[in-house]
Amino acid sequence: MMHVAVFLSFLIFGSTGGEIAITRGMKVTGEPERLRPKELLRFLGRALRNGWFWAGVPLMALSFYALLLLLSWEPISFVIPASALSYVVGTFGAKYILGEEVSAARWTGVVLVCAGVALVALG
Amino acid sequence: MATEGRLRIKTLVMVCAMVVCANAGDLMLKRAMLRIGAVELSRPGLLHAFRMTVTSGTLWVGIFFLCGFMLSYMTVLSWADYSYVMPAGAFGYALLTFFAVVFLHEAVSPRRWVGVALICVGVLLVGQTKPRTTAVTREALA
Repeated sequence: MMHVAVFLSFLIFGSTGGEIAITRGMKVTGEPERLRPKELLRFLGRALRNGWFWAGVPLMALSFYALLLLLSWEPISFVIPASALSYVVGTFGAKYILGEEVSAARWTGVVLVCAGVALVALG
Repeated sequence: MATEGRLRIKTLVMVCAMVVCANAGDLMLKRAMLRIGAVELSRPGLLHAFRMTVTSGTLWVGIFFLCGFMLSYMTVLSWADYSYVMPAGAFGYALLTFFAVVFLHEAVSPRRWVGVALICVGVLLVGQTKPRTTAVTREALA
C-alpha cells in the first residue's frame, strides 16, 4: 500500500508542479493572435523555446508514468477520486506561486469540483 | 466589456477542446493498460511493460488525443488563469456521465448524480469569476 501512496503523491505533485511551470511559460510566451493552424504552430514554436515549459515537461512525464502504474495496480474508481486532490493543491499553487487572485467563489467552486470528481469516480 | 466577452468565449471553446481530447485520451490509455495487465516493479517487469506500451496501437491513439489536449491546454493557459482552467476542465466527468446515460443507457447511482451536480455547480461558480486575474507578459516577443 506504501508504493500506492508514494506514486499517488508523484501523480498529484508532479502534475500540479508541471502545470504551474507550464502556465508560467505560456504567460511568458504570450497568447496566439488568432486561433488558426498557422498561428497555433507559431505559438507552439515560441512555447517550445521557453525554459519554464521544459521545466514542466519532466514533472508531467513523472505524473504520467505514476498514472499508468497506478491504473495497472488499482481500479480507476480509486485512482481518479484520490487524484482529485490535485484541484486543491493546484489552486494553492496558482495563488501562492503564480500570484492569481483566488476569490471565495473560485475556492468554493474548486472544492465542489474536487468533491464532485471523487463522487463520480466512486460510482 | 466586448473584450471580456470575447475572452470568455474563446476560453470556453478551448476548454471544450481540452475536455473532449482528455476524455478520449484517458479512455484509450485505460483500455491499453487493461490489455497489458498489472506492471511488475522489477527490471524485467518494467522492461516488458515498456515494450508492450511502445508497441500498443491503442496507447498511441490515446497519446495522440493527449497531445491535442496538451496543445489546447497550453493555448488557453497563455491568456487564462490556471485556477480558472483547471476546475473548468473537470466538466468532462459530468459530460461522460450524461453520455453514458443517453447513448449507452447505463444505470447511474444517486451518489454519481450528486457528484455530477457538485461538478456542474462548481464549474458554474468558477465560470462566474474573471478568466484572467494576472497581467500577460510578452517577454518572449520583446
